[in-house]
Amino acid sequence: MAQMTMIQAITDALRCELRDDENVLVFGEDVGVNGGVFRATEGLQKEFGVDRVFDTPLAESGIGGLAVGLSLTGYRSVPEIQFFGFVYEVMDSISGQLARYRYRTGNTFNMPVTIRSPFGGGVHTPEMHSDSLEGLMAQQPGLKVVIPSTPYDAKGLLISSIRDNDPVIFLEHLKLYRSVKEEVPEESYTIPLGKADVKREGKDLSIFAYGLMVHESLKAAQELEKEGYSVEVVDLRTVQPLDIETIIASVEKTNRAIVVQEAQKQAGIAANVVAEITERAILSLEAPVLRVAAPDTIYPFPQAENIWLPNYKDILETAKKVLTF
Amino acid sequence: MGEKNLKQFDPAATLASIENNFEMFQILNEEGKVVNEEAIPNLSDEELIELMSRMVYTRILDQRSISLNRQGRLGFYAPTAGQEASQLASHFALEKNDWILPGYRDVPQIVYHGLPLWKAFLFSRGHFVGNQVPEGVNVLPPQIIIGAQFVQAAGVALGIKKRGTADVAITYTGDGGSSQGDFYEGINFAGAFKAPAIFIVQNNQFAISTPREVQTAAKTIAQKGIAAGIPSVLVDGMDPLAVYVATKDARDRAVRGEGPSLIETMCYRYGPHTMSGDDPTRYRTSDIDNEWAAKDPIVRFRIYLEGKGLWNEQKETEVIERAKEEIKAAIKKADETPKQKVTDLISNMYEEKPFNLQEQYEVFEAKESK
Repeated sequence: MAQMTMIQAITDALRCELRDDENVLVFGEDVGVNGGVFRATEGLQKEFGVDRVFDTPLAESGIGGLAVGLSLTGYRSVPEIQFFGFVYEVMDSISGQLARYRYRTGNTFNMPVTIRSPFGGGVHTPEMHSDSLEGLMAQQPGLKVVIPSTPYDAKGLLISSIRDNDPVIFLEHLKLYRSVKEEVPEESYTIPLGKADVKREGKDLSIFAYGLMVHESLKAAQELEKEGYSVEVVDLRTVQPLDIETIIASVEKTNRAIVVQEAQKQAGIAANVVAEITERAILSLEAPVLRVAAPDTIYPFPQAENIWLPNYKDILETAKKVLTF
Repeated sequence: MGEKNLKQFDPAATLASIENNFEMFQILNEEGKVVNEEAIPNLSDEELIELMSRMVYTRILDQRSISLNRQGRLGFYAPTAGQEASQLASHFALEKNDWILPGYRDVPQIVYHGLPLWKAFLFSRGHFVGNQVPEGVNVLPPQIIIGAQFVQAAGVALGIKKRGTADVAITYTGDGGSSQGDFYEGINFAGAFKAPAIFIVQNNQFAISTPREVQTAAKTIAQKGIAAGIPSVLVDGMDPLAVYVATKDARDRAVRGEGPSLIETMCYRYGPHTMSGDDPTRYRTSDIDNEWAAKDPIVRFRIYLEGKGLWNEQKETEVIERAKEEIKAAIKKADETPKQKVTDLISNMYEEKPFNLQEQYEVFEAKESK
């Protein structure tokens, strides 16, 4: 096993799938010679050739359309949207087209497409580079939305996404690309989509989170441990569909829960998790399920970013409210 | 600036020189006379008769579809009369394995490519079985989002190129569609990848009610292909021979590895935009209608074929009778198709149902079994 960052694990997953399935294609803006603006596709064009790993003209809707058309001719596309804030340019290709093909053709055509894209705040980007738009994607029936929080998960989840016969939106948090390093097997392996992972076991409170917020939640759990609270941290990993079984089992064990997301509070994934918990486990609850989320503004300018983004202190504060309710 | 520099710097002249190159390509004029002898395609008598039969058949299909719609027996329908040459003569240049990415008015082409007529009726009625294309028939269900099929056609064409087969992807939109971002992205992507795609713009003069001149300052839509670096042609879309030749030429070049083409066919839809409440008298005069009726593709092709001794009233009657019978049989078959259920729709969302759809499936299974 090798120590890998998340970006290395992602490149490794792409390499495994390009090697193991000749129908896998990787394309997007600057993914070829340049290896992607974050180097997620570093060396892949050199290894697999320009026919398999290629640059496209700069137009996101065109990239989405390309993925649709390539699926129809039997390819398994892994396009990159350079930053997920650019997704609005490709919304029709994703929500209007990719997500609907299996349905509208009565299960005769399908779209094995994994759209990879960096997202997430805290790295002082220009506008439209940091937005958390997974809630928008999760509302579209026909898609799956996957967000890894560790290098190990990233590799296994990406391989599963590529092998999935339905379209997957695979979101990679910018701040996690190089900040976490861990042992990642060099061989190919999969982690099932739609399965959450208990990153830390506990008895007094469940924290549900995904992406960067998993790490902030783990930090908060450590602090709470010092005060005598045993806190469970569940990494959703797939935010659509949710792993209801794991979520409910955790709530039934701890009887208290909070949900953490980096995205704005309105609508979104956390609201959905709260709704599922109240519908399915209200009698297990000792306290209201509270959310930690960003305020309902447009993603802030970089100078206000650090105070706007939720962090472990916000999680601590909300966790205590629920623990002492 | 000196005189020499001024000559080099004359953007208006550059534009004019490009636009003036787009003369409308025609072989048969309105009177059915050959005006371009050298360009006559190498079609056999049987092929000419077949193309005429398809156009006549489609005119009847259109009339019957409109009347079925008015009886409440069809559903969504976009009339095709006036566009038979643009639709069927372009399709006539294709081969069986070519892919068609149609707009919602382009049902005749996909029927002639292998979608059973009863399924086309089910598409109109809003039944998913209508979009279940038989195995090996390379057509997509009609696209509703204007222009989305253009970027997808670039993708199919790139896939064909990578597979190395001698096929093409053809896609259709209208004059309105040529204003969409996806139109430009599609032709540009296909051009950049030198992919075997044929982009057809059936310029029927109105995007619902909006006239062609409101869409763009460009003198022709064909010239838009120049910006993407792809061969482009303006064709008389009421002339089946010209449409066939332009499409065949585009296909031959595509298969030879020379990349995509853009074809603008000048045509007219006689009927409303769709049968869902559009009233063309709000935006078109009877003068314009009459002007275009005089250019009718079936009338001129009939004159041409009668002149060659290949067509007569009896032949036409035979086609009309066959069309009526087949339409009747197709409607009957459509009627016999079991009603769709919400459980069918739930099952068609993913390869495997996630928990939410599994739960909802059970709810609807109980509801629908009552």
